[in-house]
Amino acid sequence: MKFIDEYRDSEVIRSLLSQIGEEAVREEGYRLMEFCGGHTHAFYRYGLLPLLPERVTMVHGPGCPVCVLPISRIDAAVALAAKDDVIFCSYGDMLRVPGSDGKSLLKAKASGADVRMIYSPLDAMKLAEQNPDCQVVFFAVGFETTAPATALALKQAAERKAPNFTVFCNHVLTPPAMRAILDDGSLEGSMDGGADGSTVHGIVGPGHVSAIIGSSAYRFVAEENHIPLVISGFEPVDLLESILMLVRQINEENAAIINGYSRVVKDEGNPQAIALMDEVFDLRGSFEWRGFGMLPDSAQKLSSKFADYDAEIRFGVTYGEAHDHKACRCAEVLRGQLEPEGCSVFASVCTPENPLGACMVSSEGACAAAYQYGRHARGDQ
Amino acid sequence: MCLAIPAMITALHDENMGTVNLGGVEREVSLALVDATVGDYVIVHVGIAISKLDEDEAKRTLALFDELGAELDGLDGEAS
Amino acid sequence: MSRKLDLEQGFVDISFGAGGMASAQLTREIFAPEFSNPILNRMEDGAVIDMPKGRLVVSTDSHVISPIFFPGGDIGSLAIHGSVNDVAMMGAKPLHMSIGFIIEEGIPFSTLKRIAVSIGEAAREAGVSIVAADTKVVKKGEADQIYITSTCFGVVSDEVSIGADRAKAGDRVIVSGSIGDHGAAIMASREELSLTSSLKSDSQSLHDLVAAMLASGIDIHVMRDPTRGGLATSLNEIATTSGVGIEIDERAIPVHEGVRAVSELLGLDPLYFACEGRLAAICAGDDAEALLAVMRSHPKGSDAAIIGEVTASSEIPLILRSTFGGSRVVSVLTGDQMPRIC
Repeated sequence: MKFIDEYRDSEVIRSLLSQIGEEAVREEGYRLMEFCGGHTHAFYRYGLLPLLPERVTMVHGPGCPVCVLPISRIDAAVALAAKDDVIFCSYGDMLRVPGSDGKSLLKAKASGADVRMIYSPLDAMKLAEQNPDCQVVFFAVGFETTAPATALALKQAAERKAPNFTVFCNHVLTPPAMRAILDDGSLEGSMDGGADGSTVHGIVGPGHVSAIIGSSAYRFVAEENHIPLVISGFEPVDLLESILMLVRQINEENAAIINGYSRVVKDEGNPQAIALMDEVFDLRGSFEWRGFGMLPDSAQKLSSKFADYDAEIRFGVTYGEAHDHKACRCAEVLRGQLEPEGCSVFASVCTPENPLGACMVSSEGACAAAYQYGRHARGDQ
Repeated sequence: MCLAIPAMITALHDENMGTVNLGGVEREVSLALVDATVGDYVIVHVGIAISKLDEDEAKRTLALFDELGAELDGLDGEAS
Repeated sequence: MSRKLDLEQGFVDISFGAGGMASAQLTREIFAPEFSNPILNRMEDGAVIDMPKGRLVVSTDSHVISPIFFPGGDIGSLAIHGSVNDVAMMGAKPLHMSIGFIIEEGIPFSTLKRIAVSIGEAAREAGVSIVAADTKVVKKGEADQIYITSTCFGVVSDEVSIGADRAKAGDRVIVSGSIGDHGAAIMASREELSLTSSLKSDSQSLHDLVAAMLASGIDIHVMRDPTRGGLATSLNEIATTSGVGIEIDERAIPVHEGVRAVSELLGLDPLYFACEGRLAAICAGDDAEALLAVMRSHPKGSDAAIIGEVTASSEIPLILRSTFGGSRVVSVLTGDQMPRIC
C-alpha cells in the first residue's frame, strides 16, 4: 500500500538500526520516551524494542486517551448509557474499560443498555437523525487528533438543530500532559541525568496530534526543559529515524523540536482544524487525569455556543468519588515510572480478559501492548 | 493515539464529503479540514481527513533513506 | 389438513412452534426438498446408516452468525462447510450430517427457503447427505432470526493419525491459501462501519483438498481449520498441545490486499480474523515441499504457502518474524477484535 509499505522496507530499517548502534555511544545511555500510545503499540507490533541497542531504552508515555480517563468519568458514561431512551455511541476502544466494580460499557450493554460501537462521530449524528425518538449521546474521547471530528459532528448538529444529539466530552490536550510528565520531580528534564536514572533525555513526539497542533506547540520542551523532541510517524522507518535524530541531538547536547513526519505534519499544524476547535470547545479550568491528578488547562468542554449539545448539561451529569482498583498501578505506568512487567498483578490477575485498569484494556496501553506482544520481548533472539 | 492511515481520494461529494480508497476498501469521509481533491492522499482518522499527504516531502524523505542505505554499504562494506 | 406454505409472502408464526403438524410442515415443505436423499426421505424417527470400515469421527457446531447472509455465503452454507471441515481436519471422509434449526417467529419463508437451498448445494458439493433434520420455532426476540446446530459424521482410515499433539521440532507449517478473508468480509459488512468493499468470505468445504493430501501418502501430523480466533489462535493451540513452539514469517503469509486494508483501517490483525475455507497443515520438514505441491495442484489450495516452522522451544507458543528481523509474540485472541481509534 502506497505511503505505508515504503516505510516498512527491511533494507532501510536495517540501515537505520545499524546507524543508531554506531552513534548511540554515550555511557549514560539514551532514555527516550514515546509519548503517544499509538507509538507504544507500533514499537511492540513491529518487534522493534529488542532490536534497539542496549544503550537506547524506551519509556512509555501517557499518550493513551483511554488510559488517562479517570474511573469517575467512565462511571458517568455507563450511567448515561443505562438511561432508558439513550442510544450511547462509543469508539470500540472504550467498550471494555472497567469503571467502578468492573462495570464497563460492554457489561452495561449485556444488561440491556443500548450501547453502539461507531467508527466516526459523524455516524453518531446519522443515528440521531434515524432515531428521532431516542437521545443519542456520543462518548467523545481522544487527544487533539480526534477532537476535530467531534467538532465537525457538533457543527452539523447545530446546523441541523438536532434535538436529540449530545456529546459527552472528554477530550484532553497533549502539551499539558507533556509538561506534567517533564516537570514531575522524579523525571527531571535536566540533561545531566538523575542519579536514579529516571530522566528522559528525548521525546518521540506524537505524529497525528502534531498534524493538528503543529510543531510549535512543543517549543517549551526545548526551551524550558532542554530536551529534544522529534515528531514521528508510525511506521518502523519513521520510529527509527526519529530515534536516530534524537540520539544525534543528545550527543550534540542540543534540544530542538524536529518535524520528522513532514509528509503529514506541517509546522503550523492544520489551521482549519484549530479554528474549528477554538469555535466549538473551551478549556476546562482543570481536569482529572489518571496518574496525574488534576491538571490545569488540560482538557476541553463544549463552548457555550454549543451548550444545547452538551450531554453533561442536558443530563446533569455528576461525578462520584471513584477509585482505581486497589491493586491497580496504572497511574505509575502512565508516568513512565513503572514497567508493566514490574506490576505485581501484570499478566496474573490483570489480563486483557480480566483487566483491572485501562492500561491493560486499551490496545495502546503499555500493559496491553506488553501482554500481547512483548512478554518475552526482552531476552529472546 | 492515533490510528490514521493514508488513503486516496477517488470521488468528491456534496457537503465536503469524499470517497477514499485503501486497497480496494472504500469509505465516505469528511474532507472539510483539508484542501484536497481526487487523486490526493489524505490521512484518515475516525471518518475525517486530518491532513493531506505531501507527496514531495514523502519522496524527499524516502530518497534520504536510500542515501542512508547507500552510505552504510559504502562505508563499512557490510551487507545491509 | 393445512394449506401449503406461501413461500413467497408468508412468514413463520408461533403456531409453527406448537410442534406436531406445523413444524413437520416446515421440515417437509422448506427443508426436506433441498436435502433429499434416500435416508432422509424415509422420514423415520432415526436414520439407519451402514457404516464403512474405519473409525467414526464426529463434530458438532452451533452457528449464530449475524448477518445471516453475507458476501460469499450464509449461515446455512457456513454450517455445512464448518462441520464438514472439522471432520476433514482429522483426516476423515465426511459422510453424513444432522441439522437442527431454531427459528425466530416472524422470519419469512423465503428467507428459510434461501438458506435451505444454500444448505442443499453445499451438502451436495461436499458429498454429504443430510440424514436428520429438526426445526423448532421460538417467540420473537428469543432467537436472532435463525440458529443452526450441525453435526457431521465421517470415517477415518486406521492408518491415518492426525492430531494436535503430533507437531515436532523441525516440522513445517503450511496454509492452504490467504488468511482472514471470512473475518475481514464480515467486519467490512458491518453496517455501523459504513465500508464498501468486494471482500468475500472464503467459506468452502475442504473435504476434497484433504482427500488429495491424504492420497499423496505423505505423513500429515496436524491439520486445523483456523475459524474463530483466526490462524493465531489455532497455531497457539497446536503449539501448546504438542509442547512445542511455532515461528511464522510475516512475509510468507498470504493476505489479500482488501483484508490488509480493512485491518489497517480499523487497527486489527489478519492473524485473528476467522477463515472458513482454509486449513493449516503441519508435516515433517522434509515432506513440506511435496505436500505444498499436492495442495497447490488442487483448486482449493492453489495459493498454499509454507509459512513457518516448529521449534523445540515451548515457552512461547507462537512467534511472528517480521520482514526486517524483528519478532513479536502472537498470543491467543482474547475477546473479539474491536475496531479501535488509537
